Amino acid sequence: MISLTTAWRHMRRSPYQAMAAILTMFLTLLLAGLFFLASTASFFVLKYFEGKPQITVYFQDKTSEESIHNLENELTATGKTVSIKYITKDEALALYRQQNKNDPLLLEMVTADILPASLEVSATDPNFLSDLEAVIKESEGVEEVVYQRDVVETLISWTNAIRWVGGSLAGLLAVDSILIVMTIIGMKIAIKKQEVEVLNLVGASPWYIRAPFLLEGGLYGLFGAGIASIIIGALALWMYPFLLTFLGVIPAIGSVLAAPTSAAFLIAAFIFFGGLATTGFLLGSIGSLVAVGRYLKF
Amino acid sequence: MISFDRVTKLYGETHALSQVSVTIKDGEFVFLIGPSGAGKTTFLKLLTREMVPTEGDIMLDDWKINTLPDSSIHLLRRRVGVVFQDFKLLSDRTVFENVALALEIIGKREPEITRDVDKVLELVGLENKKYLFPQQLSAGEMQRTSIARTIVGGPKVLLADEPTGNLDPETSWEILDILQEINDIGTTIIMATHNASIVNDLKKRTITLEHGEIVSDEARGRYHIHKKEHRTHKL
Repeated sequence: MISLTTAWRHMRRSPYQAMAAILTMFLTLLLAGLFFLASTASFFVLKYFEGKPQITVYFQDKTSEESIHNLENELTATGKTVSIKYITKDEALALYRQQNKNDPLLLEMVTADILPASLEVSATDPNFLSDLEAVIKESEGVEEVVYQRDVVETLISWTNAIRWVGGSLAGLLAVDSILIVMTIIGMKIAIKKQEVEVLNLVGASPWYIRAPFLLEGGLYGLFGAGIASIIIGALALWMYPFLLTFLGVIPAIGSVLAAPTSAAFLIAAFIFFGGLATTGFLLGSIGSLVAVGRYLKF
Repeated sequence: MISFDRVTKLYGETHALSQVSVTIKDGEFVFLIGPSGAGKTTFLKLLTREMVPTEGDIMLDDWKINTLPDSSIHLLRRRVGVVFQDFKLLSDRTVFENVALALEIIGKREPEITRDVDKVLELVGLENKKYLFPQQLSAGEMQRTSIARTIVGGPKVLLADEPTGNLDPETSWEILDILQEINDIGTTIIMATHNASIVNDLKKRTITLEHGEIVSDEARGRYHIHKKEHRTHKL
């Protein structure tokens, strides 16, 4: 407790240095937090699309139900499919209504006639997709074929880009934060040289002398994390309607976002903000640990 | 009891102390005299483990100071307090806070700290100045604060490295009176000094060091003025 009081006194007596350290920590944690959220969201989006049928075959309006069933049978006969689901025009309308239930304008404009019937095909192995594709191409009445593989690959490249760019930036800023805290704590140790000398001579334990400096670095991280949490929280609140519309269809995200007072949401928020605070505390502590190890040798 | 057994301390090729053997009993008041560079400060620093001897053993009761693990040095320094010529007070703390520091580090609670600090401030005659900062005190008062900080934790031994070096004669005697009072309650005192009148008047045990060697150890010693210092005095 006395170490915490001393650390707090150190911070209050040199507010500009404390502000520099806290601002750096804040920027690092803000960026790391945002990229972590983006990366997590893209992971769940990816998982969602990976779980969807691999090929969707849309048929022309004039295509008869018999032709569609013929193609279904041909595909089943190859032995290379796990499942084939036939979606009629009416079922397609029901799905559309379900997905856009919050937008009456979109519902008014659409009828079953303008929606195509489709087959959703999943292969036993992604390598069989080209074989199935050949069968589909020979069939008449097909309007469009959507390969989920293309969507997934695009998503993977986006997810990787987010992870790579975000990870690199957050990593660079983390190193920067550690160096800044290290420099500031090093300066403080130099300024308090006489106090350290006196504490040593009156019999203070090494831990008693080091602890306030270590805690000071950790506190910079905690304050930085606190400000970053407020900003991220405010951003999330501001973007909530957009996020709910855009990502709400992904079950893993939608279930959390849909009920901001639910246990799932509160646990997710606690883990995220707790993680941010822990990361900040650890980053600051590492910086001060290096400074203490370097400048407080006894 | 403190004992030095054939202790040598080298700074490079220079002998700061050379084969020094001496025993100081509990409760003694010992003056350590000698010209500058004779090894007085080295002697004291070896006792607080600010330095380790090149050779020999230093004992404080059953503690072998020279082989004490680093993790226990702070425990030694709670038993061996030091008073310096330059006081070493913290300028951003009041007299009370400077003295309380020695109790805070051992985890004493606030009521105990207040009680003990008030007691020693009364002993050194600073009870009315406890809320002043060091820069608001005279040199003598600063030294008294330094002594209060050293004794508040109840050390077994008090080392004083020229505690009167920055003080006028009258104030020096006030400090000596306080040290005598501390000695009277059983604390061993080893005081390095250049102050001949104090040594000659108090007639305590006096160890004289020259070139790192003990040249005399007298029970009721006198200050032997070194030739070089005598010449300087004439000039």
